[in-house]
Amino acid sequence: MSSRPRPEGWQRLHPLSPVVRGGRATIAVFFVLIPIAFGRGTLGNEIPEFVIVAAIALAGFVSWLVTRWRIEGDDLRVETGLLRRQSLRFPLAQVQAIDVVRPGLARMFRVAELRLRMAGSTGTTARLAYVAEHEVEPLRDQLLALARGARFDEELPATDSEPESAEAEQHVLTTVGTAPLVASILLENWWIVVVLVGLLVGFALSPHQVGDLLGGGGFIWALTMVTFVWRRFNQQYRLTVAEGSDGLHLRGGLVALTAEVIRPGRVQAVRIVEPALWRPLGWCRLEVDVAGKQRRKGEGEAQRGQLHVLIPVARHAVGMELVDRLLPDRPRNLSPPPGRVFWKSPFRYRALSWGRSETCVATTSGRVRRVTSWVPLEKVQSLRHVQGPLQRRLRLASVHVDTAGRSVHAILRDRDAAEATRALEELTDLARVARRRPALA
Amino acid sequence: MPALVAAVLLTVAGATSGGSSAPYGLAAVSLVVGAILLRYVGSRYRSWGYAERQDDLLIRRGVMFARLSVVPYGRMQFIDVTAGPLERSFGLATVRLHTAAAATDARIPGLEREEAARLRDSLAELGEAQAAGL
Repeated sequence: MSSRPRPEGWQRLHPLSPVVRGGRATIAVFFVLIPIAFGRGTLGNEIPEFVIVAAIALAGFVSWLVTRWRIEGDDLRVETGLLRRQSLRFPLAQVQAIDVVRPGLARMFRVAELRLRMAGSTGTTARLAYVAEHEVEPLRDQLLALARGARFDEELPATDSEPESAEAEQHVLTTVGTAPLVASILLENWWIVVVLVGLLVGFALSPHQVGDLLGGGGFIWALTMVTFVWRRFNQQYRLTVAEGSDGLHLRGGLVALTAEVIRPGRVQAVRIVEPALWRPLGWCRLEVDVAGKQRRKGEGEAQRGQLHVLIPVARHAVGMELVDRLLPDRPRNLSPPPGRVFWKSPFRYRALSWGRSETCVATTSGRVRRVTSWVPLEKVQSLRHVQGPLQRRLRLASVHVDTAGRSVHAILRDRDAAEATRALEELTDLARVARRRPALA
Repeated sequence: MPALVAAVLLTVAGATSGGSSAPYGLAAVSLVVGAILLRYVGSRYRSWGYAERQDDLLIRRGVMFARLSVVPYGRMQFIDVTAGPLERSFGLATVRLHTAAAATDARIPGLEREEAARLRDSLAELGEAQAAGL
């Protein structure tokens, strides 16, 4: 590309957007149209279907026609809607992460969706669905450069104009093989495997009973479970983490390709999850949390309750290596709670511990599914000291460390009351110092 | 609040049903329970407290579950002052602090209206002076 496409003024989305956005509806429409085209020759019977299809197509076309976007200074502006006109302004300085998402149908038509995750509890996401495939990478790089503070009229770094060289500059940290991924998903959701195998065995033994079971709603459940496993696999297939100048790059996916960029200093929390059956194998999953709501309706249900997965599965040492890279000053020594915690949480008291360094808090919890969380102190939003009735009797207390992320909350659970009080004071002071310090890269 | 209503209702019921045909045992029980609840409500009321420190706001609450929240001024996203119908009839208001973390549960209920306004203004000012990004 000699002259990069520099969006001046208003731009439209790709003309095929409504077709792709229709997704399954589009496929269904084709199934309606094929019998009409090749079928029985008489059009008379299909007129209602025809009208519906035409109406949907028209609606899609109109929605494409009235949607336009442009880059204005430091903002991305999107105007959309025919009757209820919306003008949205997304300040690029507040972008937390940029994703490029390519569902199966979009890949067929060579288009991609650009998703800008903004901060804030409402978790608005700017979506440009869809942009032509060859434009999407330069556009993302440009948006990231703008988000970094470069002005639109300044000359952009030379690496941006050549996507290949930009890719080469990234330092690939890890990539995940297919076999461990499949094994890990099945091991984590072993109960799904048990149910499905049970169904198959049952089917071999007495097809009638199982058939009745499947007929009576069980089928939906089985389908849901299969979909769940499939989605997880589809999203995490060949997930690659690379470190670029503009943040962490994640890319992967089997049918739906996603490429995300998490800007430096936007990671609110890091955690390592070790489900029960993974631990004998020494595997772990590394997740990071960024501000704002992450998964919204229809945005990959398999990931609800999960965070940004950096590594779906890896050996523990590899996971820790990446944690070290994200949080160079992570606490090394975690201290276990006093022994009397056994009377309050007999099962998990062995798994509980916490530690801190000058810039970071670490906690562990979970007897069966072990979770280790790290929160950089400069990201701490508030601290809470909580003491329940049983804890008071045992002279224990918990300290909650709240972050802007969605679901990582480091909790110093069941510490000695005096230690908890001291920890609250120390963490308050350290967090204040960390806030004042210029943000780490 | 529900505890308070229950307490008042039970005490009133216990006190008034004494003379009627209702069994005395029931009346006595409801009187005792009501009294205990009233005490609980009282200690709950006393448990609420807040302190404006140099860099953060401390909020204390709870009897059974004692909580102490530390909210740095720099982390406040916005401040709400709300007054429900009941609060309004007593000239009270609730100040609520929001940070980017959804788990932050920092509210100070039952402030006099002038005090609530003063707190809101001073918090907003401090928040602006110390604002830190995400």
